[in-house]
Amino acid sequence: MAAEVREAEQIGNTSDSDSVQTELLETNEIPGKSENALLVATDSFEDLNYAGLTNGTLPTVSTSGTIHSLVKKKARRASALLDENEAAGDNTASSDETTNAVDQESSEVSGEDSQEDHLESRLTDLSLNETESLPEEIPMTQLIPTSSDIEDVNSLEWKQQRRHIFIISESGKPVYSRHGSEDKLVTIMGVMQALVICTHDFQKDTLRSIVAGDHKFVFMCRDHLTFIGITRGRESTQQMLLQLTYMYNQVISVLTLSTLTRIFKQHRNYDLRRPLSGAEKFFDNLLNLMDVEPGLLLSSVRCLPLDSSVRENISHSIVQHAKVKDLVFALIIAQNQLVTLVRMKKYYIHPMDLHLIINLINASESFKAAESWTPICLPKFDACGFLQAHVSYLDEECHTCLLLLSVDIEAFYILSECKAKIKERLVRYNALKAINDSLRRNSYSIQQCSISDLRHFLYKSRSIAQYTSPELEAPYHTKEEQQRLFDLYHYLHDRIHTSGRQLKILFHVGPYETLLGWVTQGFELYAVFGPLVTKTIAIHAVNKLLRWIKKEEDRLFILSSVTF
Amino acid sequence: MALRDVKVCLLGESGVGKSSIVMRFVSDKFKQALESTIGASFMTKTIFVDGSTYKFQIWDTAGQEKYRALAPMYYRGSAAAIIVYDVTRETSFQAVKSWVHELHRHGPAKIVIAIAGNKCDLEDLREVREKDAQDYARDIGAIFCETSAMTAVNVAELFDAIARLLPPEELGGGVGQTGGSTIHLKGNQGRKSKKCCGGSADGDASSQTGNRRSGAASRASANASVSYPS
Repeated sequence: MAAEVREAEQIGNTSDSDSVQTELLETNEIPGKSENALLVATDSFEDLNYAGLTNGTLPTVSTSGTIHSLVKKKARRASALLDENEAAGDNTASSDETTNAVDQESSEVSGEDSQEDHLESRLTDLSLNETESLPEEIPMTQLIPTSSDIEDVNSLEWKQQRRHIFIISESGKPVYSRHGSEDKLVTIMGVMQALVICTHDFQKDTLRSIVAGDHKFVFMCRDHLTFIGITRGRESTQQMLLQLTYMYNQVISVLTLSTLTRIFKQHRNYDLRRPLSGAEKFFDNLLNLMDVEPGLLLSSVRCLPLDSSVRENISHSIVQHAKVKDLVFALIIAQNQLVTLVRMKKYYIHPMDLHLIINLINASESFKAAESWTPICLPKFDACGFLQAHVSYLDEECHTCLLLLSVDIEAFYILSECKAKIKERLVRYNALKAINDSLRRNSYSIQQCSISDLRHFLYKSRSIAQYTSPELEAPYHTKEEQQRLFDLYHYLHDRIHTSGRQLKILFHVGPYETLLGWVTQGFELYAVFGPLVTKTIAIHAVNKLLRWIKKEEDRLFILSSVTF
Repeated sequence: MALRDVKVCLLGESGVGKSSIVMRFVSDKFKQALESTIGASFMTKTIFVDGSTYKFQIWDTAGQEKYRALAPMYYRGSAAAIIVYDVTRETSFQAVKSWVHELHRHGPAKIVIAIAGNKCDLEDLREVREKDAQDYARDIGAIFCETSAMTAVNVAELFDAIARLLPPEELGGGVGQTGGSTIHLKGNQGRKSKKCCGGSADGDASSQTGNRRSGAASRASANASVSYPS
């Protein structure tokens, strides 16, 4: 009851939001904005809607992807111009999408204050409305056969997992389960597939989500596969859908869409675990990454803080020494952070693809042993073909990883030479040392922003699809607290982006901290303050923060795009 | 001194120890529970055998089924292929046969095949009899040995044996030493070992090939000068 009263007071307070708005509008300069976009975020979170998911296969099964156009270009130089124009056309079209205004409504400050449990129930209420196709909710207990001898389902550990992810083939065969072995979970997977099929066949509808108690089931069907996410955490349906989309992309990354389609065309009940064997660790790692890496939620990447002169030096070394035919992307990644990216003119890398690359590096120790040459499909780049990746670490400690992505399957030796030259030059110019120093400094502390009461923040520049955030420090130094912080960000992100109408600004007073979310055309900012911060102080602080980021933007972001 | 580039690829089922063998050979290290290889990894190691220098360019391929289609890319240009199986897993030995079959059909004509039964330290768990594998290797004319990457048994010897069994190289200007001008390693895919002209360096004095057994009967004509202590 008390909570409600306080909330009412907060809403009452919004009357002074006029003065607040003028203050907010004072920042005309958007930190980290670049005309010369390095990465093109072709779709924002809002675009990840259900629309288009239901109509099965993507239209790109034909030979129209980027790789095909590159290969064609190789084959027929004469007609290449046409293809390139097409590709360029595509790219401009996609960059237009990013300029979509968030919404035209005047910005609104909505105040809210609630206790944890109060909020919980509200969230559940909200999600219940989303259960569209199922007439009534199905209690968890009915889904799990308690008396059966399937051990995984009955084990307490399995039941207590915060999140489950399943992949099932159209014919109901298990493909992947995050926890427990798929073989022992056949029954529950069968039940879930039955729910999907029944809804589809008998009610001519699509099952999207079920809410049962504090569990949320989210379903996504794509290309003969059903992806199911079950969570009792704070993720919204949309956010779960994003996670499932990442899982789908990971499947495509291993197999390519054309192979996947072909397999199921030939054998509807094929056991997809065979071609995916060995890839389980990529799925596991990707899901772990989602729990610690806000970039996946924000659909953006984090750059390693570096002096812009050093970064320039690195990218020029690459341009000079890796000017090789058919090399599409060259990038350096250090501990999940992007150091530099050089791309072929006209081709862009999508943040989702970049996360798959980061996941590839992150999930595997085997690249540390030797230079490697491996096929990887980047679904946003071309879902139907493989790029060949030359992967090597540049330093002894295996922190800095160089990736050269080519469409030429025979290019290994050439790229290996390029790598040797690049490495030699980076050593000579002390660039590797600079990277290692930056890694050792662990990003930056929140204190460097010198804003009192600001505990943590995520800032994403939308035009370059990059984000920055300080280190996790006390009180967010324990695993539990980090999880709670992540939940807060999920909540804030969800409230701003997806619940009913979109908000531009959200001020939320919680029991342990105060949150401020602010989304404009140029950036998204999620800030976490101490609990006693008022709205005015928070707005002031955020303005100060934006000025600080602006000052540091050369170091925190890659603002200029380098091409071969 | 002549430097000879030898392209070698390792084939075989997932988890038989291909990467471990390479790691033992290249850096003389062993790691328990090595992660599975992604795609293929590339390493080089130079060794001296019988007065000649061999630079091994080793392609360690991933054994998982999804990478199977890539294998031709690696064995096509190879002078030798090492097919590895796990002596404690019968199925991995059956896979050897399909690899041999594939190499005979699609591999380079003169490719040297070596079969390695890895994990021979695990005598208690053995599923493949040494004799069966040896007989099979003799039938197809392949080098055979049982190895253990963990205890370093026969790993270096395996590569020595390959170096000895390589058909002599036919260089651009002629056979033999051309004063270190043999740097044509890069971008030279599809290079096959050229036909044999005899006169391969022979010397089993320096070797300590231990229990090396070779069943190179069918290529005896090409390698008559190479002998192995048995």
